[in-house]
Formats: sequence, C-alpha cells, structure tokens
Amino acid sequence: MSEQMEQHGAGSEVVLSAAGVVKEFPVKGKPPLRALDGVTLQAARGRVTGLVGADGAGKTTLIRIAAGLLAPTSGTVTLLGLDSVADSLEIQSRIGYMPQKFGLYQDLSVMENLALYADLRGVPMHERQQRYDRLLTMTDLSRYTTRRAGALSGGMKQKLGLACALVKSPEVLLLDEPTVGVDPVSRRELWKIVYELVERDQIGVFVSTAYLDEAERCSDVLVLHRGRLLAQGPPTRFTREMRGRVFLVAAANTMKPRQIYTRLAGSGGIVDVTIRSGRVRTVCEEPGDGPIRDSLNGAQAEINSADPTFEDAFMSLIPREPAPFRIEATASAVSQDRRGSVGVDNDMAVSTTSLYKMFGDFAAVKDLSFGVRHGEIFGLLGPNGAGKSTTFRMLCGLLPASSGEIRVAGQDLRRSRAKARLRLGYMAQQFSLYGQLNVLENLKFFGRVYGLVGKQLHRRIDWAFNEFGLGEWQDKAAFALPGGYKQRLAMAAALLHEPQILFLDEPTSGVDPFARREFWLRINGFAEQGVTVVVTTHFMEEAEYCDRMLIMSQGQTLAMGTPTVIRDLVRSAELPEPTMDDAFIGLAEGRVRPDSVASGERAGMMDGGRS
Amino acid sequence: MTRFLMRLRGFLRKEALQIVRDPSSIVLALVMPMVLLVIFGYGVNLDAEYVPVAVVNDDHGVMSRDLVARFELSRNFHVYHARSMEQARQMIQLRDVDAIVRVQNDFSARLQGAATPPDQAPVQLIVNGIDANRARLIEGYVKNIAGTWTAVRIAYGQAAARQAVSVQQRIWFNEGAESRDFMIPGLITLIMTLTGILLTALVIAREWERGTMEAMLVTPLRKMDILLGKILPYYFLGMLGMGMSVVVGVAIFDVPFRGSFAALFLLSSLFMLASLGFGLFISAAIRIQFVAAQVSIVAGFLPAFFLSGLIFDLESTPTAIRVVSHIVPARYFVTISHTLFMAGDLWTVLLPNALVLAGMAIFFLALAFRKIAKRLE
Repeated sequence: MSEQMEQHGAGSEVVLSAAGVVKEFPVKGKPPLRALDGVTLQAARGRVTGLVGADGAGKTTLIRIAAGLLAPTSGTVTLLGLDSVADSLEIQSRIGYMPQKFGLYQDLSVMENLALYADLRGVPMHERQQRYDRLLTMTDLSRYTTRRAGALSGGMKQKLGLACALVKSPEVLLLDEPTVGVDPVSRRELWKIVYELVERDQIGVFVSTAYLDEAERCSDVLVLHRGRLLAQGPPTRFTREMRGRVFLVAAANTMKPRQIYTRLAGSGGIVDVTIRSGRVRTVCEEPGDGPIRDSLNGAQAEINSADPTFEDAFMSLIPREPAPFRIEATASAVSQDRRGSVGVDNDMAVSTTSLYKMFGDFAAVKDLSFGVRHGEIFGLLGPNGAGKSTTFRMLCGLLPASSGEIRVAGQDLRRSRAKARLRLGYMAQQFSLYGQLNVLENLKFFGRVYGLVGKQLHRRIDWAFNEFGLGEWQDKAAFALPGGYKQRLAMAAALLHEPQILFLDEPTSGVDPFARREFWLRINGFAEQGVTVVVTTHFMEEAEYCDRMLIMSQGQTLAMGTPTVIRDLVRSAELPEPTMDDAFIGLAEGRVRPDSVASGERAGMMDGGRS
Repeated sequence: MTRFLMRLRGFLRKEALQIVRDPSSIVLALVMPMVLLVIFGYGVNLDAEYVPVAVVNDDHGVMSRDLVARFELSRNFHVYHARSMEQARQMIQLRDVDAIVRVQNDFSARLQGAATPPDQAPVQLIVNGIDANRARLIEGYVKNIAGTWTAVRIAYGQAAARQAVSVQQRIWFNEGAESRDFMIPGLITLIMTLTGILLTALVIAREWERGTMEAMLVTPLRKMDILLGKILPYYFLGMLGMGMSVVVGVAIFDVPFRGSFAALFLLSSLFMLASLGFGLFISAAIRIQFVAAQVSIVAGFLPAFFLSGLIFDLESTPTAIRVVSHIVPARYFVTISHTLFMAGDLWTVLLPNALVLAGMAIFFLALAFRKIAKRLE
C-alpha cells in the first residue's frame, strides 16, 4: 500500500477519498433515513479540507465513516490507500481523530490523558517526553499538566483533545466540529495549531465545521447539504461567484439597523440578511441592488456594495425552505394590557447594583452593575467561564446573589422572587422540554405551570402554533423534533404567559445558520412589540443584533455599550473596519485598556444602571 | 514492551485512576455491600426473639409455676401474666401479645395421675395466625419448651413416663437453628451479583455517555484489550468487596466458616467473572447508564433474589420455575457458599456447581466479547 502512495507527489497526494458513499440508518416502521446520498470527494496531504453544512447535512456521519466507526451502506471510503471497513485497525493506528465531545477523561489530569493516548497509540517510551513537551507548548497547556481535564475551560479541553489526537504524529487528522461552543480566542488558537502542523508535518486535515467564517481558513471547502455534495473548491472560487450581489445597507436617519433588517428579511430576490458592524448585510439572488430598493420602499438608506464572503456564497447555495418567516402584525407576543403593567417606579426592566457571587473563596461574579431598558435586546457575552451563566441564573432568581441588588420587572429579586418570575420567561440552554410529551402537551404543561387555564390557555397555544409554525407538529414528541423546531418550541413555552422580560441562555448554540437567522428575526419582532430580551451567546457576530451588550471576563465587566461603541474600542489604522470578533479578542487579550472601556460606555450610551 | 501490553497498561491505569477518583465505583463495590449486609444481617432476622405471650395460669401448683418459669427464662418469649382468659383475649386482640399459653386448673392433678384417665396434662396454646410463618415459629418454640420441661421432669422421675408432649427435634448444620447462619452466605451471593453486574454495566455505558468511547474506538485498541481492561480492575474491586463481606459475616455476625479460603477464592472468582461478563454484555448492548442500571436490576439482581433458593425454597416452587432457576448463576453460588460456610469443602457438592459457574462465566464473557464493537452501529 505505502509503495503505491509514495509514487504520488507530496503536495497533491490524495489521502482521503470517497466514492459514491451512501449511508442509511434504519428507522423503526419507516423507510431508512439516508444521511449520505452518493458522496464522492477527495482530500489531499498538506491541505486543510473543510466540510461545511447545516445540521443534519451528514458531516459527522462522513467523518465517522472515514474513521472506521461506521460502515457505509454502499460505496467506499479510502484513507491512505486503505479501505475504511476492511483495514479499519490499520487506519486507526495512522490517523488522529477528535470527536465532538473531545474524548477526554474528566477524572484524569492533562498529563494522564496524554499518557493514556500515548499508551493506546503505542508511542515509544523514549520519544514521549519530547512529544509531550512539543504538544504542551503548542497548546499552551504546560502550566496545567496536573489539572484534571474536567476542571479545564472549554477552550483548554478542546486543545487537550487535539493534543491527544496528535500524540502519535498522525498522517491524517480528522476533526469533527472541533470549535463548537468555544470562544473566538480559543477558536483562533486552534486554527493556528492546525496550520502549524500542516506546514511542518505535511499532514492532511479533514475538518467539519458549522462556523462559516472558518470555512474561509480552509484550503478546500466541501459544501454538504442533506447528504449530497453541493459544491467543492477553494473558498475564493465561492466568493468570486458572489461579486456584485452583496450590499451593506446603512440607515440614513433615525431608523435602527434592526428595522431595516426586519423589512428586508424574507423579501423577494433577497437570499440573506444579517446585521454586521452596525449595517445590514444583504445578499441578492442576482447581481444588482434592485430588490433592496424595492423592499425599502423609499425609506432613507445608504446602499454600498461589499466584498462577498464564503458565508454569503453558502447561504445562496443552499436551497431555502419555502414560506420564510414573516412577523404577523396581528399576533402579538405580549398583549396590550400586560405591556401597560410595567412598573413605573423603575425605568429599567432589569438592573443590578454591585452584584457579587462567591463560590467559597472564588468570586464567580465581581462588582457587576448594569441596567437593561424596556424593549431592549441586551447581550451578555464573554469567553467560557467568564461568569455569564452565573449572572444569568441570578437574574432569573435561580441562584441567590452573595451581595448586591437585583431588580427585575420592578421587583426586588431578594424579596419577591415569585412575583418577578411571573413576569419573566426563561429559556435554558438545553431547552428543558419534556422529550416524551408531544408539542401540544409540552405547551399545555408550561402554560398551566404559569397559571394559564381554559380559554386563555387555548388562546396562547393557538398563538404559539401560528407564531412558530408548530401547528403541524403538535402530535410529535419533543425529542423527535428537528433542532430548529425544538428551539421554537422552547421559546414558545417561555413566552406563553406573556412575560415582559425574556431570558435566553445560549439559545443558538448547536443550531445551524438557518435556524439562527430565523431566531434573530423573531427576537427582533418581539423587541419591536416591547418585550425586553436578555440573551447570552458565544457567537460574536450575533452581538450585532443586540441594542447593547455587556462583555464579561473572569466575573468582571470588560466593556459595555452598543455594538458600535464596542467595535470602536479596537478601531485603529491597521484595523479600520473591526468586527465583533476583533473587538472581543482585543478585549480578552487586554489590548484595550479598561479606562477606555469606561469612557466608551459613557460616551456611547446613556448610563445603564451604573451609579 | 509489546504494543499489546502497552495498550493494556494504559487502559488499566486509566481505569484504576477513574476508580480512585470517581467515588461511585468504590461506593458500589465496597460501601454498598457493607450497608446491605448490616441492614439485612440485623433487619432480616427470621428468628423470633422475645415474642410477647400472655400466660394464663389457672393451676397454681408448683409444677405449673415451674413450667411458666421456663417460658420466662427463654429468650424466645417475653411473658405477660394475665389473670384470666378474658384479659388474655383482650391482649391478643389489641396485638399486645402474639400468643396465649394457658395452663389449665387440673394441670398438676393430671400430671400426678390423680385425674382419671391419668394420661395428658395439656397446655393450651392460642396463636395469632395472621402471620402464618410467625405462628408456626411460635408453635415450635412452645412445643420445644414444653418438651424440654417434660424431659427434665422425667429425668427427675417426677412426672408420669407416659406423657404426650414429646417433640423430638434435631437440626443439622444450623444447630442453633440460627437463620442468620443461613442468610449471610446467601446475602453475600446477592451482593456479589448486584455489584458484579452493576460495576461493569455502568462503566462502559458511562463512556458512551461522556463520548470517550468514540475516541477509544478510533485508537489501535483491540476488542480483547477492551474486554481485559474492563474486566480486570472490576474483578479485583468486586473480590475486595466480597472479601470484606465474608470478614464482616464471620467477625460481626458470628457466622461459622468451615471451608477453606482457597476454595472460596477460586469458586467466588468464577461467580464474579460470570456476573462481570453479564454486566459487560449489558453495557455493550445498552449505552445509557440509567437503562443499563435498570436492566441489571431486572435481568440480573431480581432473578438472583427470587430464584437462587435463598428466599424461596426451590423444592416447593412449580416445576416451570424450578427449571428456569437453572439459568440463574446465583443459584449455584448460593449452594456453594452455604456448603463452604456451614459444611466445609465438600467437593462432591462444590464441583458440579463450580463447573456450571465456569461454563456460565465463559458464556457471558464470550457474549460480551462478541457484543463489544469497534463500530458505532
């Protein structure tokens, strides 16, 4: 086998190839589910081949077949000239593989995890120390060798997972969504490590990702949709085809970008709408900005053409679902009478004053003061372990504060927690639905928990069916719903009792780009209707949809303000158009000094509950 | 070092570290057996002690007082003196006592042959029959006391030789008729079944849940490595728990141990391997810890509990159930442990049971080996 391979040139040698791969999973009482439908592709040594696609596109299935974990129903996958089914053991001794959950033993320390994989992969004893040193330096984990893997932050776990996959220098590295749920700083570091390896060892890397900006870092991109390969090529080829179709729309008068965004979303001739750097990025079906002008209907706006990205290409490549989401003028998330009952004594929907949360000696949240105004979308951002979730739980009254004051919907959370809870809706990270109950039963349950009965309950459930398109799914068990619909159901459940304030904890993690776009469109709609939204996310570009945001790190405020204010913090001669990611990384790495943060907040935004 | 030994060393070291750092396996293997043994050892005592009885003595002679004194001295009874039968009846209705012993007014006279015909000197016994087992026990104790008393009297030449209450009891092996001596070895079997199956059933399912199994499979690890790596650590842990149970049984509950420790070690190893193999098969087939635990209880522990002959006498069960009981490994080990504890190394009894257990251990381990997959499907 190896002789055959050596005949090829080092640069273009194919290390992974799939020919007509079909993979079907049996479904009880139904025709089998076809996860892969005739996929043919190739990946070369010394290159990073990216596999992008929405949830359920078949990315993980394809990588698992390549790793010998699954056998294709028909077709063949060849790795390093070896058949993935017949020679799986031989393949497994020559590749590195990092599954989505990293494959680390939580009870074992960093070094013990590395030693385990070195033993399993048969790394000779005399080579080990050198290998460990190199991997630990590369992943910057040298200081943490005795720490248990379970106590590492998400980004560190991911780097350790990568180090374990690399402990015996592999010829091919398979990475299954390695950056899911990891903050931008860690994501950047991981890509740096991967490229170092590719350049130094000339290995072939095959990586699946849900982050479209990462596709641009790959040498080759494969777009997978519903088990079929839609396109293949270097990222530049994808962006070249999009020239003249991407525009930035900026509001000329008092109109908020969000309002323009809502107007353009789902209009004819427009493929994709997002808010980026304070402007509405719009992708048209054909070259030319005609559809944008039609949709704006004479509203004052400045339209500039923009350089296309891979994400624009991806969104126009994937066939869209029919019946795009529109906000109904008649249906309302919160009825008028509920909106009127907002406490007038306090101008803020949510406010905290010098909030602390101690876990033993460890301060998870330190001196946090901020305010969220009524009808505002407020983002809580920060790297893993920054204290976002702790803050969030305190705001919802799930965790008592160690000291400081929290007011939610005009109620002091220390004294009248139950009263405050009636006015807030909460959607937890894991969606907290009852998997065995169907959609209707879930809604009825959550409605009754909040005291809705009879006609009122029926009226709200009807609203949820219309608003979220859940009607046709009402008899389906919650666990069997597709990811996007689970999220819709969770949100509907949180909104049934017409809360004034909606708390959303990482609502878009593990949801594909389509569902994410739809989600933000809907959140916008609710905000327009007067619902206050507090949301955490680790997708920095999503921060653009927020009116204001708070960036946390190590339990403290790093920066607070509008997206423009935050971006301006890192604006410089080298970086005239910073993105949210740039701002975040600048803040996290300490390149932006705290005093400039404070002044940015003061200049850019009115006082947000700070005293 | 060969590749195989290196892989095995890595795997075993990982399991050992996990056992030490995640207390759940230690709790399961060492703490739970002790707790169960103490609860069952003290709580499930089939002997009746200090049974409250009402004694109505209508005969006021020396003989009858002597008989009543026997009841008072026995640790099986706690005697309440009732003045009349009426009062005694009230006591039994209020459940203050479980039985009434009535000595009739002509007791002394009859014993001395004064009454005609001079045959029996009956003692009336009335037992609350709601708990039939307990009633039978009380009946036995009363007969026993009456018999002993009569025997003593005869020995002194006081009573008529022809008396009726002559219950002759002889119990083998469990001389003290201590149900505890019978229960503790059986309990050790049950505990080993539970821990053996649960230990392995949970550990692989846990790896599936945490996503570590997927990473393990994409290493050069062979199926045999996984089998050995999972069986060996939990075999040692399980045997340690077993050893502790035996020590506690002998030291705290005074259960006799008449066999050899070598035989116990050998035979319980066979049983432990069968349990571990069964657990490993469950966890290779079911990848969710919660379900694996439930299946272990239903398919492993409950059959051992009901069909091992420990709680229910298999001789008195319907034929169908007796046939089914032959596939329960615990059945064979209950016989083995009873023999080792109470009789000694009787190889005529031990050997056939040991052979069956060995066969079962091989069967379950082979089944587990087949079921361990290097693929996700």
